[in-house]
Amino acid sequence: MSDTNYLLVVLGMGLVTYIPRWVPLFFLSQRRLPLWLIEWLDLIPVAILSALIFPDLFTTSEPRHLELFQIKSLVAVPTLLFSLKTKSLGGTVVVGMILYWLADKLIG
Amino acid sequence: MDRIERRGNAADMNARSILIEGFKTSWPICMGYFPIGLAFGVLGQKAGLNPFEIGMMSIFVFAGSSQFIAVSMLSAGADVMSIAVTTFVINMRHFLMSSSLAVYLQNASWRFVSVFAYGVTDESFAVNMAKFRGKEWGKYRALAVNQSANAAWVISTVIGGYGGEFIPAGSFGIDYALSAMFIALLVFQLRGRIYVVTGIAAGVLAVILSLLIPGNSHVVIASLLAATAGFGLRKYGRKKKGIHV
Repeated sequence: MSDTNYLLVVLGMGLVTYIPRWVPLFFLSQRRLPLWLIEWLDLIPVAILSALIFPDLFTTSEPRHLELFQIKSLVAVPTLLFSLKTKSLGGTVVVGMILYWLADKLIG
Repeated sequence: MDRIERRGNAADMNARSILIEGFKTSWPICMGYFPIGLAFGVLGQKAGLNPFEIGMMSIFVFAGSSQFIAVSMLSAGADVMSIAVTTFVINMRHFLMSSSLAVYLQNASWRFVSVFAYGVTDESFAVNMAKFRGKEWGKYRALAVNQSANAAWVISTVIGGYGGEFIPAGSFGIDYALSAMFIALLVFQLRGRIYVVTGIAAGVLAVILSLLIPGNSHVVIASLLAATAGFGLRKYGRKKKGIHV
């Protein structure tokens, strides 16, 4: 692979990644948003977070298949309970890591 | 002066304290990025990229999963166009995230949002959305979160590019840092029944779709469907019973 080709790949990737990040911020931050849009957008974070987490916890890759009970999902239960109880971001991260590490030692 | 400084906006004035707070807030992201960044660097090195080329991709693109896929496509001899299209599809989900963030950046200039947009990732989005709901958060703090995560990503991928697997896989459960962070940030978003319903719907849909469609478009599709369903449900609930769901 030539250097120019690699530069093109990187610039092309950068451009197509930047555009979807930039368009809504540029066009929506400059105007008053209608209430229905704000209410709809209000539900986007919880939806995206779940859509990112669930497949991460309940499937395994290559080839992707369902695996409801694996270390990741099992550790998620006490991690979730800890988070609900404490509402602490840092604490949840540390507890999750320790539990995962222990579970990996014991089961994995 | 003292009175003004206690208010939300003026809290954005002290550049140093903002930076420090940004760093402090972003530590789970930075820690989670490190093993992934190292792994990406090692993969890039195996694909024949030098640390400079690896760092360049991390700076220009700054989107983890698409970088992994791009490198494996490069090794397989894929052309520029197909890599760009794949990257676009993978990173389309940021469109939704930036839309949500725009609600909190209503008075920001186009210059600011153009810089800010660069650092919108799954992780910085999740952290900033949780923070923006609390009142003591501003656009510069949010930018500091974006950019410290960016620095962690660039640095870790370059280190990995020198062939370093300094953190052996699985040590201290660091591989779980981002999963645990997302779990906590999801909990912050559960502010009522409608959020729980929307979240479960999005999660279940995403799992099903991820098994049916290759790639990661399931994130966008599941989020759009679940948020729209939740929105409809909320409207319906208000109309029918006058209950705030």
